[in-house]
Amino acid sequence: MREQWRGFRGTHWLDDVNVRDFIQNNYTAYDGDESFLEGPTEATDTLWGQLQKLQHEERAKGGVLDMETEVVSGITAYGPGYIGDDTKELEKVVGLQTDKPLKRAFMPYGGIKMAEEACTTYGYTPNPKFHKIFTEYHKTHNQGVYDAYTPEMRMARKNKIITGLPDTYGRGRIVGDYRRVALYGIDYLVAKKKEDLANCGCGVMTDDIIRQREELADQIRALGQMKEMAASYGFDISEPAKDAREAVQWLYFGYLAAIKTQNGAAMSVGRVSTFLDIYITRDLKEGTLTEKEAQELIDHLVMKLRMVKFARIPSYNQLFSGDPVWATLEVAGLGQDGRHMVTRNDFRFLHTLENMGPAPEPNLTVLYSKRLPAAFKKYAAKISVVSSSIQYENDDVMRPIWGDDYSICCCVSATQTGKEMQFFGARANLAKALLYAINGGVDEKTGMQVGPMLRPITSEYLDYKELLQRYDLMLEWLAGLYVNVLNLIQYMHDKYYYEAAEMALIDTDVRRTFATGIAGFSHVIDSLSAVKYAKVKVIRNEQGIATDFETEGDFPRYGNDDDRADEIGVKLLKTFLTKIKKHHTYRDSEPTTSILTITSNVVYGKATGSMPDGRKAGEPLSPGANPSYGAEKSGLLASLNSVAKMPYEYALDGISNTQTISPDALGHSEGERAQNLVNVLDGYFVQGAHHLNVNVFGTEKLIDAMEHPEKPEYANFTIRVSGYAVKFIDLTREQQLDVIKRTCHKTM
Amino acid sequence: MQGFIHSFESFGSVDGPGVRFVVFMQGCAMRCRYCHNPDSWKMRAGEAHDTDEVVQKALRYRLYWGDEGGVTVSGGEALLQLDFVTELFEKLKAEGVNTCLDTAAGPYRENPEWLAKFDRLMRATDLVMLDLKEMDSKAHRDLTGIGNEGILACARRIDSLGVKMWIRRVLVPGLTDREDELRALGDFVRSLSNVTRFEVLPYHSLGIYKWEKLGLPYTLKDAEPPTEEQVARAYEISGLPRS
Repeated sequence: MREQWRGFRGTHWLDDVNVRDFIQNNYTAYDGDESFLEGPTEATDTLWGQLQKLQHEERAKGGVLDMETEVVSGITAYGPGYIGDDTKELEKVVGLQTDKPLKRAFMPYGGIKMAEEACTTYGYTPNPKFHKIFTEYHKTHNQGVYDAYTPEMRMARKNKIITGLPDTYGRGRIVGDYRRVALYGIDYLVAKKKEDLANCGCGVMTDDIIRQREELADQIRALGQMKEMAASYGFDISEPAKDAREAVQWLYFGYLAAIKTQNGAAMSVGRVSTFLDIYITRDLKEGTLTEKEAQELIDHLVMKLRMVKFARIPSYNQLFSGDPVWATLEVAGLGQDGRHMVTRNDFRFLHTLENMGPAPEPNLTVLYSKRLPAAFKKYAAKISVVSSSIQYENDDVMRPIWGDDYSICCCVSATQTGKEMQFFGARANLAKALLYAINGGVDEKTGMQVGPMLRPITSEYLDYKELLQRYDLMLEWLAGLYVNVLNLIQYMHDKYYYEAAEMALIDTDVRRTFATGIAGFSHVIDSLSAVKYAKVKVIRNEQGIATDFETEGDFPRYGNDDDRADEIGVKLLKTFLTKIKKHHTYRDSEPTTSILTITSNVVYGKATGSMPDGRKAGEPLSPGANPSYGAEKSGLLASLNSVAKMPYEYALDGISNTQTISPDALGHSEGERAQNLVNVLDGYFVQGAHHLNVNVFGTEKLIDAMEHPEKPEYANFTIRVSGYAVKFIDLTREQQLDVIKRTCHKTM
Repeated sequence: MQGFIHSFESFGSVDGPGVRFVVFMQGCAMRCRYCHNPDSWKMRAGEAHDTDEVVQKALRYRLYWGDEGGVTVSGGEALLQLDFVTELFEKLKAEGVNTCLDTAAGPYRENPEWLAKFDRLMRATDLVMLDLKEMDSKAHRDLTGIGNEGILACARRIDSLGVKMWIRRVLVPGLTDREDELRALGDFVRSLSNVTRFEVLPYHSLGIYKWEKLGLPYTLKDAEPPTEEQVARAYEISGLPRS
């Protein structure tokens, strides 16, 4: 066995790349409480203080501190960079995306126009030579997509029936198994990939073999560059990491390579906590590390993850507000053998929210099960109550499908670490599709014929059966178009903006999933319910387009644990996925769908007309799988029960739910609040629900933060939105108002 | 049996131990000046529900209750529909559900028939949360419209039956925070042997809009919610521990 692996057990991981096997053979489960945790070191306080100052400056400068205009980003584009020149020695984990902290890199491969616009929006002018290079000499992803789009696709995109597509930004969502760098070192990984290349194809050059061979060559090149980049910081990562500090550093270099080359919407870190705990535990046992130093390592890694930045364009910021990068990182979960996988390191990662205060990144995710140790559940709940910075996902529904070594690859979607990649595909607006069904494919906002020219509904009152039939036809069309738009986008992304660094850390024989998504879920349910159980009168304009609805009588709404409404949602989800699955998907990927909208619910809502459920034109759609604003009449648990009915098996890409609870409504004391939150999580997830974002604060605090963003207590005020966390003051005012409008569960 | 119910809350976490399903009964004869649910005063209003139906509704949330949670019947005044609540609690106990009665004990009567019924309810009750709004009977009448002799008798009765009790006090600065009165409250609570918790509930003005909606004059317009110091002071004077 290699010297660096001293004391480790197991067999399979020794002669193959198999991090899961390594973890299962070596982790130490922890059942105790948080009393062992250590506070921040002086170095942590100093560095975090510096970083907060920079963040403050960044905000004062309108959201961007500094931007690259002369260098095209790449793994080796820059020499070493540090938070501060005179505090280099304090950084236990080194490495920046560019040469300066919070400086955003220039990344033109997704699209030169976007890269330029990102600069000019914030007052920077990129070197004009790049324009020439990336229009005349080298094509970009965006150019490729637009070359191939059909007129129908452009029309659907323009009218926002399919929306938020990764054709103007990196698709992201590919999680390299960054742990491999630490466990094996680069040289072994290169050797393995070279083996794969040698065995790729039998010499007959079909499209897929040619592409695979080219991609492998790119991956091997990226691995070499990782070594070079690490060397510039004075580290040789060709060999495995020999201790905890190196393991953290090696792993981070792998991740750094990814974020130097890709500006994907989500750039997850993955399931690294339990893995790193194995190294820390060994060092603690060997007496070469103290708990204080272990916490410092994790604090410094997290600090780096809090610094990840990308240059974005305004239209991107509208979709994904608050500058998120989804550096998603998981803790807890259970193993296939029934042992829980909570380690002391899971406590350490959550503890960073105490040592350095709340923060939106990394997107800390607890893989939850009722069977997790009670002390850990209570600690996580306690941190939720004070920071609103954690999300919970149901390990009991994900484990049977993804195993016990999956990561969350964006906000909420699971992916097997190192075994899978995902083609991210944004959302189809099913609320708008319902209006298309009524209007015969004519867009209610623009009056354009976007969908198929079906017979519009002309009756004064809507008939449930007739509407369902038309809706089904419209969804059939939409699903087909949507899948094909995505096929085209993924093809071009592979061709012009291939994720070589991440894919180098994933098995060559990779499984691919094809993620689609649903927007407007609750509004479709409530609208169909209104037509079924009440009377809905259509108001049409001179062109005969339905522009508004008058609903007489009451009807059951999604979010009240009322099967009459909730069943409509289940059926809608199943119908949509079934239609998606009919179509060929790029590279034989497996189609999935999600009910999750990030903050894009505001933009989607703007483009969507009035609905029969009473939602007026332009108002935000409710986010993710959340019930509509004001629909929840029976309290938090009734709402949770409704969402829990949506079958995860039909939405493997995720069903996101965000709830806000006023602290007074959660319990009288800190201990009671944590325990009650644990009870809520247990009850929700035991029913098979997938995801829950928990916010604990009152509406008054939001309003005050919106009006007085300058107050120091709001500088790091973090809230969970659909699938991620943001600093509330970084949201646009529109989105702030939207968050304020959402139901806050409180008591009277 | 049917009862008149004001509303349900699926997530009550400050209405007894743990996470609870809360049934707010319709109807109350007291007229507390700070009442935050005056819309629950009217008798025979609200919606009529069968006990079986309420049990089924409540059990939908059983998975959230953990070890401590269950069902709380609150109001309005739950004891005004004593027979309904008794049947409901007995059915819940048969399902193994923890039951909690949130009451101000206004309807308490010393006549044997009523007491027999009350004792039966207590046999199906795991916890009573009893409001002691004011120790001085005359002040109590000014505050709520009735004297407090029956309420204190009820507290003693519950205590003698061995049912666990939480005593609660709504604290309105300048109204229910007199030093001598708080001391008397502490003495009384200490004279009981089954009180496991004492809670000071800070007055809040969130219910005023309901008074206005109902066209009722609200006489505490100038009252302010107590500060944290005032709440701490109330615990201190009463000599009762804060949980």
